[in-house]
Order: sequence, then C-alpha cells, then structure tokens
Amino acid sequence: MVEAKFLKFDTLSLHAGQHPDPINGARAAPIYQTTSYVFPDVDHAASLFNLERAGHIYSRISNPTVAVFEERMAALEGGVGAIGTASGQASLMLAVLTLMDTGGHIVASRNIYGGSHNLFLHTLPRFGIKTTLVDPRNPEEFRNSILPETRLLFAETIGNPGLEILDIPVVASIAHESGIPLMVDSTFTTPYLMKPFEHGADIIMHSATKWIGGHGVAIGGVLIDSGNFDWERSGKFPTMTEPYAGYHGLDFVEEFGPSAFIMRARAEGMRDFGACLSPQNAFYLIQGLETLSIRMKSHVENALAIAEFLMDAKEVSWVRYPDLEGHPDKDLAKKLLPKGSGSIVTFGIKAGPGGARKSGAIFIESLEVFSHLANVGDAKSLVIHPASTTHQQMDKEELKAAGVGEEMIRVSVGLEDTADLVSDLRQALRLSQK
Amino acid sequence: MNIDVNGSRVFAHTGGRNFDPSIPALILIHGAGNDHTFWGMQTRYFAHHGYSVLALDLPGHGRSDGKPLSSITDMASWLWKVIECLRPSQINLAGHSMGSLIALEAAAMHPDKTKSLILAGAAERVAVHKDLLEASLKNDPSSYDMITDWGFSKWSHLGGHQVPGLWMQGGSKALLASGSTGVLGCDLVACNEYTQAIEAAKKIICPSLIIIGSKDRMTPPAMAENLIKNLVNVEIQSIESTGHMIIVERINEAIDIIADFLKQVA
Repeated sequence: MVEAKFLKFDTLSLHAGQHPDPINGARAAPIYQTTSYVFPDVDHAASLFNLERAGHIYSRISNPTVAVFEERMAALEGGVGAIGTASGQASLMLAVLTLMDTGGHIVASRNIYGGSHNLFLHTLPRFGIKTTLVDPRNPEEFRNSILPETRLLFAETIGNPGLEILDIPVVASIAHESGIPLMVDSTFTTPYLMKPFEHGADIIMHSATKWIGGHGVAIGGVLIDSGNFDWERSGKFPTMTEPYAGYHGLDFVEEFGPSAFIMRARAEGMRDFGACLSPQNAFYLIQGLETLSIRMKSHVENALAIAEFLMDAKEVSWVRYPDLEGHPDKDLAKKLLPKGSGSIVTFGIKAGPGGARKSGAIFIESLEVFSHLANVGDAKSLVIHPASTTHQQMDKEELKAAGVGEEMIRVSVGLEDTADLVSDLRQALRLSQK
Repeated sequence: MNIDVNGSRVFAHTGGRNFDPSIPALILIHGAGNDHTFWGMQTRYFAHHGYSVLALDLPGHGRSDGKPLSSITDMASWLWKVIECLRPSQINLAGHSMGSLIALEAAAMHPDKTKSLILAGAAERVAVHKDLLEASLKNDPSSYDMITDWGFSKWSHLGGHQVPGLWMQGGSKALLASGSTGVLGCDLVACNEYTQAIEAAKKIICPSLIIIGSKDRMTPPAMAENLIKNLVNVEIQSIESTGHMIIVERINEAIDIIADFLKQVA
C-alpha cells in the first residue's frame, strides 16, 4: 500500500505557512508592521470585506506575519486553521464567545490556570455564562455536569499546577455523546509532546507565551480548530449554523464547512473583540517554533532529572511529575505523552521553624539560577509559589479542590545545565529549613 | 437553497444571493468526496458579480439527499434534471476534478444549451491509483491522506493558504472525512471507469476554459493535452507551482481567470 508523504514535524516547525519573500527574497518571515493594506480598486476592497476574496484588510483581523504563525500552528496541531491572539486568555475568551451566548454553560476542569478559573467563575457569569467545575481525573463528573444549555467542555492537557493528565479520548467521547465540543488548553504539552486532535479534542488553545515562544519575550495566544466537530448535527450552535446578520446573513457552516468555527471566530471575534496578536510578537513566536522540538526534548530531560533529584531531597515532602513512579496518571501519561510530560514539576517543601509558607519563601528567595516570576515555559528555569501568586484569587476551599497547598512550589524547568539546576535547588532547599 | 428533484432534496449554495433564473447561471460542481464548500469564495464572488451561482452538492454529498451516483454519465444526467427544475436563462458549467468530467459530459449531452464550460484539474482520463481506490472502498482514512498528499503541489505542502490562518491540508482531510460512508469510494470508481472524455469533448460547441495546475500530480498537465485538442474553442490557463486542488490552492487566481473568461464569453 502506497503511503501518503507529508512534511514531518521538524520541517513544518521551520517552514509551514511561509515561503521566501517573492519580492526581496527574505528567508525569515518578514515582520509586516502595518495596520492596513492597499486595495487595487474599489471592487477588490468590497470583495475582501464580503469574504468573496482571500487577503488582508486590517491587521486587527489578519496580518501576513501573524498568518505565518497561525498556519504553522494549524499545521503542527493538524487542524484546519488557527487564529493568533493577544494572549492565551484572549484565545479562551474568543472561543467561548464564538460558541455561546448568554445562558450558555461550560463544564470545566477545576484544576486549571488561575486566570481561566477567574474567567469561568467570576467574569463570564456577569455575561450570563455559567461554569461547573469538575475533577479532571473523574471523567464521569464531566458527564454528570452536562446541562441542556452546556456548550463546551474544557480542560488543560496537563493541569496547572496539579499536573493531572486529562484522559482526552474518554472526555472527548463524553462531550461528543452530548453534541458538545471538547476544547483543551495544550500550553503545557505543545504539539511536540501531544496532538490533542488525534485523541478526539475539537479545539485547542495555547498560551503561546510559554513553550511555543520559549524565550519569555512575547505575550501571545493561539486558537486552533480541528474542523472535525459536526456543528450541524449537534444543532446546539446557532452561531455556526444560522444566518449571521453581521455578515449579510452568512451561515458559516454552509459557507465554510469544516472551517466554520475558525472563520466565525475571525470574522466576528477579531473584528468585534479585537484581541489580536501583534506582528512583532508573532515574529518572536515563529522564532520559537523553529526550535520547538529541540527545546522540548531538553525541557523534558531536565524536568525528569530535577523531579528525580527532588524525590531524594530530605527537605521535600512530596514531588509531582507525571512520569514519576507513583504519580496517579503515570500510565495515562505514558499513553498520551510518550515523549514526556512537559517541564513543570511541583513539590511540597517541608515546614521549617517558621512553617511551610515561610520555608517556601526562603527557598524561592535563596535560588540564584532559577528566577522567581509569574510565567512558565521560558528557556530559563522559573519558580513560583502558586498559592500566593497565580492562584491567589482562590479561597481556601478552591485551593484545596485545585490541589494547591501552601507548601506547594511550582518549578518550570528550563534548558540550563542540569547540574547547575540541581546545585541551585540543593543550596536553596538547605536554607529553607533554617 | 434546497431544490426538489423528483422528490429528492438537492442542496445548492448560492453564495449569499438568492438564485434568479433571469440572470446567467454559473453552476459549480465539486470533485470526488467533496461538497459545495470546496468552491467557497468563488461561489460568493460570482454571486456578487453578476451570476446566479449554484454550488451543488451531488447526491449523497454535503446536504443533498440520496445515494451517490455510480457513473459520470448518471451524474451529468442528474445535473440536467437539476437545471431543468430551475430553468436558468443561461448555463455556464464549471467543474473541478470529478466535477470537470461531469461538466464535460453534461455539456456534451446538451451542447446547444451550454453557454460556456470551465474545467479545473481535468484530464482525458482520471485514472485512480489502485491503492487509493482500495482504501476509499474500505472507507479507510488513508484515502484522505493520499488525496491530500497528491492533490496539493509541493509548494502548497509548505502552506501559503490565501485565507489567513487556514491550513490547506487540514481543510482537505477534514472535508473528505466529513463525507458519508462509501461516498468517496463510489466517486473514485466513477472517475476511474469514465473513458468518454474525448468523445464528449468532440460534441462541445461552446467556449471552454481549462485551468491547469503546473504541478498537478493527479491529473498531470500532459493528461489534458488530448482533451484540449478535441475542444473547438478552448482557452488554457496554467498556474505555476499549483497542484490538483487549484481552486483551494489559488483562490484569487482562480477567481480572476474565471471572471476574465466569463467576461469574454458573455
């Protein structure tokens, strides 16, 4: 049997979405630092505005540099298309507002980034969209929380900061049985470690600020559409299947078939909400993608080494990393993430004379190579105390439910020499107990 | 719009304008395993530029009822039944790949009623690779991969979709996968068994436009030569670095070429 031959991941990381510049021959993706694009004539302009022709109109809606990033992400994830957004949070909001109106309902994992948690529990309810949070390790909770008005199931591929692995095939199947799409935040895994569409997810978002960009220099997000969800059959998504007055009665499924969701998200969401990715930031993210696989291999190797070191450290009460023996999702991680489970390691620091919170503070402030900041996925190693920062807005009950204890330290393992990282951790742990 | 053809629903996308039989009709016919969305922006463009456009879903495809038809001749006959239901004042037929064979055969059935003929990714024979045929008859998704690999030029394998943010190969696979079970296999058998293209070409009297992808691996440019020789009034437009999926790979160029041609024949 003849096999189809497609360009492989590393080649797509470097080339997808971009050809050498046809006028000047530039090999790198040029930064199109322009707001707008000259129309050859009035009819051409009208055709672009009416979705009769392909092209750029205004950089809030699309931009050639951003389009390279978008197409490359769609290629790497195996989707039909993507939209670059101002941040990962902008991607999440764009998806939610594209899918539902007031009265809509979301079932989401409770173990997610604090910002997403806030959006679901505190911000979206102001607009009449409610969310039920569930245990991502218990797929039946997703099923049992689905209401007639539920329009989205949402979870992170690896929970932040609990590091739970989502059983995507099972949760996707639950979603599809109810005619609802599953959207995953794949920030912690990147398409190098996992391709959620291959496991049944319908929509992917990334905070591209993290491992995609990889160098901590640009904020950005991306929303990717698998093109596999049958909006028409579901019957629950009038934004996809009914005439849209904002585009002269355009019906997105009738017009664009499998690309309906991503086309609606751009045509309405980028036009009206406007949380666009800047061309300069898209350029940085493209540079990050070029080395994604090389970096992710090293991230994972270092993360495992750090996790193993921490397991043996007497100042540490517990260590969480999905590839470690004893992690409740180890078998699932092996199945869904055979190349490794990312580069976030969390651990509990033993309480010294001043208590766990004090020991944590001493530990973080004593580190010399690790940087204390609110980010993950940088090439440099990072550390933070989630309970007092990224998940600060949660109350005690919510923190407990999300598995965020006061003793928890989250480490984003970077690309430094492993020995230097271990040495830095060792000296800071020692000081933390004094 | 839905059209009732002998009690069976036929769907045609009209590009955002209601069908009006008093103005020239442009009938767009998709290829194997696809549906009307293949002609996405072209449908919308021509609907807003002087034509009543019907981007059809063949029986069993997209939103049209029924089972897929088993021969190109049957598909061409069916096309005339649809046309007879709507009675447009002028008929311009355009087809891609299998759709080009249908358009060709249909124009040959009623040369006097066909104002113009547009064939994209056409050949005197659309011989289907035996592995693709076998996979499609088993509903094996590898058939989507083969079509997508061979359908796009190497240039397009790197991307460069003219609609910002879209990925051609993802779109191609998703569209093929959205089809009903058995449809792709049935279509490919029909393509493979159709051998009357040259006879059909000889009967055609209207102006024809052949759009060729210079890097088409499914219907290579050389396979269109005999067809071209047997058409009486033919214009040939070749698009560089383009594969078989011309309509998707070069959305804007396809619009411009077709618009110029239609202007000439109007």
